[in-house]
Amino acid sequence: MATLWFILVAFMLTMYVLLDGFDLGAGIIHLIAARSDQERRLILRAIGPVWDGNEVWIIAAGGTLFFTFPVLYASSFSGFYLPLCIVLWLLMWRGVSIELRSRVPSPVWASFWDGMFFLGSTLLAIFYGAALANVIRGVPLDAHGVFFEPLWTDFNPFSKTPGILDWYTILIGLMAASTLTMHGSAYIARKTDGTLNARARRILRISWPVTIVLTIVSTIATFAVQPQIYASFNARPWGAIFPLIAFVGLLGIGHFAFRNRDLAAFFSSCAFIAGMLASSAFGLYPDVLPAVDPAHSLTIYNASGSPYGLTVGLIWWMIGIVLAVIYFVFTYRLFWGKVTAKGEYSGY
Amino acid sequence: MDLSTILSRVQFAFTVGYHYIFPQITMGLAFLIVLLKTLYLIKKEERYNISARFWAKIFATSFVLGVVTGIPMEFQFGTNWARFSAYAGDIIAQTLAMEGAFAFFLESAFLGVFLFGEKVFGQKVHWFASVMVWLGTWASGAFIVASNAWMQHPVGYTIVGNRLHISNYWEVLFNPWIFPQYLHTMSGAVITGAFIMAGLGAYYLLSKSHVDYGRIFVTLGVIVGLIASIIQLYPSGDLEGQQVAKYQPAKLAAFEGLFHTEQGAGIVILGQPNTATGQLDNPLIVPKVLSFLTYRRWEAVVTGLDAFPPSQRPDSIELLYYSYHIMVGLGTFFIPIMGVACLLWLWKRRLFTTRWMLWILMLAMPFPVIANTAGWFTTELGRQPWIIYGLLPTAQGSSANLSAGNVLFTLIGFAGMYLLLGLLYVVLSVTEALKGPESGEGEETEVAEEGGLPGLATGTVAEG
Repeated sequence: MATLWFILVAFMLTMYVLLDGFDLGAGIIHLIAARSDQERRLILRAIGPVWDGNEVWIIAAGGTLFFTFPVLYASSFSGFYLPLCIVLWLLMWRGVSIELRSRVPSPVWASFWDGMFFLGSTLLAIFYGAALANVIRGVPLDAHGVFFEPLWTDFNPFSKTPGILDWYTILIGLMAASTLTMHGSAYIARKTDGTLNARARRILRISWPVTIVLTIVSTIATFAVQPQIYASFNARPWGAIFPLIAFVGLLGIGHFAFRNRDLAAFFSSCAFIAGMLASSAFGLYPDVLPAVDPAHSLTIYNASGSPYGLTVGLIWWMIGIVLAVIYFVFTYRLFWGKVTAKGEYSGY
Repeated sequence: MDLSTILSRVQFAFTVGYHYIFPQITMGLAFLIVLLKTLYLIKKEERYNISARFWAKIFATSFVLGVVTGIPMEFQFGTNWARFSAYAGDIIAQTLAMEGAFAFFLESAFLGVFLFGEKVFGQKVHWFASVMVWLGTWASGAFIVASNAWMQHPVGYTIVGNRLHISNYWEVLFNPWIFPQYLHTMSGAVITGAFIMAGLGAYYLLSKSHVDYGRIFVTLGVIVGLIASIIQLYPSGDLEGQQVAKYQPAKLAAFEGLFHTEQGAGIVILGQPNTATGQLDNPLIVPKVLSFLTYRRWEAVVTGLDAFPPSQRPDSIELLYYSYHIMVGLGTFFIPIMGVACLLWLWKRRLFTTRWMLWILMLAMPFPVIANTAGWFTTELGRQPWIIYGLLPTAQGSSANLSAGNVLFTLIGFAGMYLLLGLLYVVLSVTEALKGPESGEGEETEVAEEGGLPGLATGTVAEG
């Protein structure tokens, strides 16, 4: 049961990264991709009706993590106190920048929020990457499953007292930013046409090789930093399917990007991200939060909720998630297709 | 209690108190928007539809603020209350996670349809979307109240080692504490929405702008406001009082500033609690009323604070006492304000020209928000010294690994961020309100060019 929930929580987090990932990516590229006020609005229109729904996935994943792995939730959220609060501020500020940008007809006002949207999106992408890297690298858990990590210590991932930021986590942060740049530009290319579409495609073609390089470097670094990952794939070779999906996705992005097939490139990017995240989760299992001292690691066995709670939770969760998927299919169908300057409604 | 825990309490109280300004507005307005939309479908008068669209704009701004200030709430249990989360997460997080699964997804999807889909889907679907948004916001409220009710009155658990396990899901979901608290919270939200609607309508009538809409807003606001204000006192307020008297007598004694157990206890209208001497300074008391309200007998004995050892009493009696009296005092004034306004409305619609009443309605706008906030302070301070009543003391629920310096750092950060958000919200809402309901109507493309507004609800971007 705990294994099932491990998969389901990983699924929810992956959904979050896939969905909110493209609107974060849109924020990263919008200053370069969109030059005029009208183009910037088009980008906001492309994500406007969906970004809030996308962020619901992180809230729902947080809540689900809370009842399925209460010990993990308590330990990791308090241990990652500072970066988590910073992420919350960035999420708030960025959300506001999307919604308020076009509320006051002043170019100065709009420019300010454009800058905030870019800054919030970029920093979030880097922080999310660094957060994942912290979970992979492991944290200084004590015998009671408690830790507190400062923002940085000696920038060395092999340290006994690691910080949130070290060269490894920063590397993964940059990789996340590059990946979401790619993801967002594929989405924006799909949703727009004309010059905006052309610029998004160019960014996609540039960010693709950058992501490949960062992926290779990150993968090597990950195996060095967390030997458990290699051990997992060695023990359960069928797990190679996940990196394979990521690999095929990564090839697909380039393949479709240079043939101007934006939607296919976007879905390839989804496959790449999902494959990478699934590989990480598979590599860590059964750990949910590895410790510097492996004896103190939190695992699906010592961090999960009660069997009864997990069972009833599964029943309502399935109902809830089916409903959520229906809403999402419905909303995305409604807002399918390209956004145009002429569209009757703007709001952004 | 160590400084880190105290600062965590301040941070939670501040962030949740600030957050709750917005959900009460959206839960109240969502209900009123459904009424406006329904009136439009029945009466077929375009004014009602324009009104619904106008309030949808105010709703949308409040909703955004509610969403962004709500995100930290889901995470702060873990960041600042780790020991509580590990201890009770098996139960408390069920209802919190259900809010995400059943309320947030619903809201976000139908809000999109409601704000952007009127032209594409037609009026019936648009009406349906407004109903779903209303249900979504109220479902959200239900799950949060269920979570809070469990902390006030834990049920359906077993103690396994040093953690709680859920033993009966239905007991948690149908905790008897939920119903009165939910009714009280929701009617409180409707009061906020109704006062805002009536207050803005009064402003339009006083300033002789958008008069047609001013009449609609004032009418709907005072009728709904009166009904909700009455429900707030009876039955919901009364039920809550009975419940507290039965299960949390120390809380009740602190509410009332009742330091000593008394037969035929009176109700305090004014006075300042003096915890050093254990008495009320400058008291103004109506004899025997408290006994009657609590037990329906004039001579009943009401337990005072002296019946509990200091460690079992709420730890901020003064603030608790004032919160309770502000809540009840304001709530009591809401009934005559809305009552007189309704009478004036019934009396050949004189309300629309009675300037003093319109002034009162306009100036009364912020007070329901204060009353609702004071209400949450009342119930939460009254639960102290427990984080889970009777099971886990607050001092043992915080994150032991946080230094006071780190918590103060984030508290200052939240304060700065929320100050900015508050300024933005006020400026944008006031601008919107001053523009009036007709702004943007019939000139959609132009608005789209120069700074359109969410909620204009004119078509979508859906093509190919």
